[in-house]
Amino acid sequence: MGMIIQGATGDWEVVIGLEIHAQVTSKSKLFSGASAAYGAEPNSQVSFVDAAMPGMLPVINEMAVEQAVRTGLGLNAKINKFSVFDRKNYFYADLPQGYQISQFLQPIVGEGKILIDLKDGETREIGITRLHLEQDAGKSLHDQHPSQTFVDLNRSGVPLMEIVSEPDMRSPEEAAAYVKKIRSIVRYLGTCDGNMEEGSMRADVNVSVRKPGDEFGTRCEMKNINSVRFMQQAIIYEANRQVDILEAGGTVDQETRLYDPDKGETRSMRSKEEAHDYRYFPDPDLLPLEFDDAFIKRISETLPELPDDKKARFIDELGLSAYDAGVLVAEKEVADYFEAVAKGRDAKLAANWVIGELFGNLNRTGKGLSESPVKANALGELIDLIKDGTISNRIAKEVFEEMFDTGKAAADIVEEKGLKQVSDTGAIEAAIDEVIAANPDKVAEYRSGKDKLFGFFMGQVMKATQGKANPGVVTKILKPKLDS
Amino acid sequence: MSDLTKLTIAAARDGLAKGDFSSRELTAAHITAMAASKPLNAYITETPEQAVDAATASDARRAKGEAGKLEGIPLAIKDLFCTKGVLTTAASHILDGFTPHYESTVTAKLWDAGAVMLGKVNLDEFAMGSSNETSFYGNVVNPWRRDGDDSALVPGGSSGGSASAVASFSAMGATGTDTGGSIRQPAAFTGIVGMKPTYGRCSRWGVVAFASSLDQPGPMARTVRDTAIMLESMAGFDAKDSTSVNMPVPNFEGALTGDIKGLRIGIPKEYRIDGLSDEIDALWQQGIDWLKEAGAEIVEISLPHTKYALPAYYIIAPAEASSNLARYDGVRFGLRVEGKDLNDMYASTRAEGFGAEVKRRLLIGTYALSAGYYDAYYLKAQKVRARIAEDFKQAYLNVDAILTPTAPSAAFGFGEKGDDPLEMYLNDVFTVPASLAGLPGISVPAGLSKEGLPLGLQLLGKPFDEETVFRVGGVLEEAAGFTATPTDWWRG
Repeated sequence: MGMIIQGATGDWEVVIGLEIHAQVTSKSKLFSGASAAYGAEPNSQVSFVDAAMPGMLPVINEMAVEQAVRTGLGLNAKINKFSVFDRKNYFYADLPQGYQISQFLQPIVGEGKILIDLKDGETREIGITRLHLEQDAGKSLHDQHPSQTFVDLNRSGVPLMEIVSEPDMRSPEEAAAYVKKIRSIVRYLGTCDGNMEEGSMRADVNVSVRKPGDEFGTRCEMKNINSVRFMQQAIIYEANRQVDILEAGGTVDQETRLYDPDKGETRSMRSKEEAHDYRYFPDPDLLPLEFDDAFIKRISETLPELPDDKKARFIDELGLSAYDAGVLVAEKEVADYFEAVAKGRDAKLAANWVIGELFGNLNRTGKGLSESPVKANALGELIDLIKDGTISNRIAKEVFEEMFDTGKAAADIVEEKGLKQVSDTGAIEAAIDEVIAANPDKVAEYRSGKDKLFGFFMGQVMKATQGKANPGVVTKILKPKLDS
Repeated sequence: MSDLTKLTIAAARDGLAKGDFSSRELTAAHITAMAASKPLNAYITETPEQAVDAATASDARRAKGEAGKLEGIPLAIKDLFCTKGVLTTAASHILDGFTPHYESTVTAKLWDAGAVMLGKVNLDEFAMGSSNETSFYGNVVNPWRRDGDDSALVPGGSSGGSASAVASFSAMGATGTDTGGSIRQPAAFTGIVGMKPTYGRCSRWGVVAFASSLDQPGPMARTVRDTAIMLESMAGFDAKDSTSVNMPVPNFEGALTGDIKGLRIGIPKEYRIDGLSDEIDALWQQGIDWLKEAGAEIVEISLPHTKYALPAYYIIAPAEASSNLARYDGVRFGLRVEGKDLNDMYASTRAEGFGAEVKRRLLIGTYALSAGYYDAYYLKAQKVRARIAEDFKQAYLNVDAILTPTAPSAAFGFGEKGDDPLEMYLNDVFTVPASLAGLPGISVPAGLSKEGLPLGLQLLGKPFDEETVFRVGGVLEEAAGFTATPTDWWRG
């Protein structure tokens, strides 16, 4: 669903394109052997190359190249067997070389496409323009000294993939779905951890507005947004700002803007006139990046099943609804958990338990799946107890809560608490007889035609048996007794 | 004992092997010569104590039978090579106090082969210049003077300190780097041999970059054999330099067979430029005759895009330099001039830290890469470069090597070409085309000018065929019999 802004002059459509910077999962930097790990002491992971000492030269990290190709394959994109590293020249204190090594005219990955999953279970195709490899800059720390800036070069040279979309999105929700889908894909592929808090994924968001059917309007770019929520807020604010300008008869200036999450607004960073002239040219320290079809084939053979394929399989082979399948495949960790639970069991039942009880309890306690006290095999055992009639579905929920709180196995809890379902017809019949004897007026009402009271009797019997009576058995015995 | 500084590397190697003298003695003689050569200003940093220590260690290795190919030979290092623990300046104010924590691949290989470092020698600032007049550390003086004239002459550039040190016998050999002629032209100006290998033959790792696609380290010494010996220890694949080429290093000295019978030597007609002096022209003809007499076949060839080489070079080299030198920003090392904010600090640091010629080239290069000019300048220059490389490729279908003059004139006086940068750039007219094509070339001293100054001839070879270049160079050297040396006026 596109976002429409109703203005005084009519409806406006929002057009959004994204550039996602995804840190490549790699032990070392793009052009040096220094560690690319997050969170180390400042300037403890800096090689002479990363610090741009005189005479130092970059050497491409082949692992990062493989990761870019793997990601390109995951985005259903064209892999360019010949690509070129360029220098993007600008001065900044945390850019030691005075240029960033990037790819400009000839990126490693060309056009591709992905499907984004929308709320109603629908999907939309979004075009990928390109993916290229580039170095990250270091980090300026402005809060360490009253008048000076400190520089941490740990990030300097860390490999990034810049994934550029076509301007195909029409609402903040679609942009959010796009970011989530990219994150899901790179996590499945193991090419980026997708962690926006640590900055391993950030987005530059391009927003413009137009009357439906018109040419694209002038766009503004908002840089370095590191949460999906902020991105949506920024899009809404920016689209409305542009509509206000246009409706007042003004023109939108092409510029780079900054989103301030505290104030909830965007403000101008630099205009087109102030834009850097990056003086791109091919980096003469590096040869063009070339590889053959066998290299691509070798990588493609190791690709895991990706979310879209997994979703289709969950629907087609496991009989899940599109919604449930979509929820379960979004995170690979969840999908893996679900598949472990569902293996050899009723998949729909497994899906209900994962999405319902498990997610509910995780949300309630603020835990992530990896911290769940109930592991996949334990949940599977619980489902087995339901299936073989040991406990009822209702009791199972009680057992699950206990499992979640204590980490104990389902069978142990059932045993300890004596929750085993009673299917012994003698005991059940005795309980039924007691209930019938204790409620003669209700029996009379039932027999005079008030069928609905059957539920009341079921409830009384279950109560008398502390919920342990097998409901099927109860029904079988209770019905003829009432009807007779 | 005769003056050990007058020996060639080859002769010193034999003397050391026979035990005629030790590396300590050989090194001490050069330290004395180095100290006496101060008027030439060839050295920026002298390292006599380290040299003695290295020579002592070398003698110990030799005693254990572990002598390397350059065991005990004292050399000067162009101050563009990073040397661990020793000030490295690139002859620029902006690298004030910069002492690397690493050793360049080429110098590390030389030390592995047993060579001894005497010190770091002067050059044009960041290797930008053809006369060694742009160094922050002052002009280097050519040991040669015109007959009957005491005025100081330039040693050529940018490897002017290397050339002056070798020609004045204060080092047996020196490393140079050649971007557009920076080894060959100063070699010609000082009567020594300078060899620029094929681009990719020697690692650039640890060499302060000027123009990455052109820079190439190479040896400078007093004989062709000595440069061959040195190159064997300098060359080789280096995984740390992505543009270094993974090929075995041949036995270059073994290529000096003296036999060039049947080799085809090309004479490019486009190198007979307007205004070429009669004596350079005559020397060229003499070189042709010598090679013909030695059994080579002389073939006139055409390199039709030659006249575009200099303009293309003076776009490409400054363009790369404008980016390569961006790292000198006052943030992490070298000079910092404080400013009111970051941009002011950059501007002040670079304004004070770079000299006029460096600034000129950074401005040219920045302009050539700018939006709206890139296609007209940088891209066009790259196309020209491809044509020039193609010219050579075509020529080498028919010839084995090419003979040209090294420079259009002999050494000139200080300030003589200072006013017009274009006139200065013309010095590189014969050396630049091969640089653009990445080809190996050598300058061999072949005669003296009317004024008594050395003149050089240049031999160019096919990619990675330094062996033929050395072989023909050896024959040329033999035929020229160049034995003249400058008077040692600098000793006072």
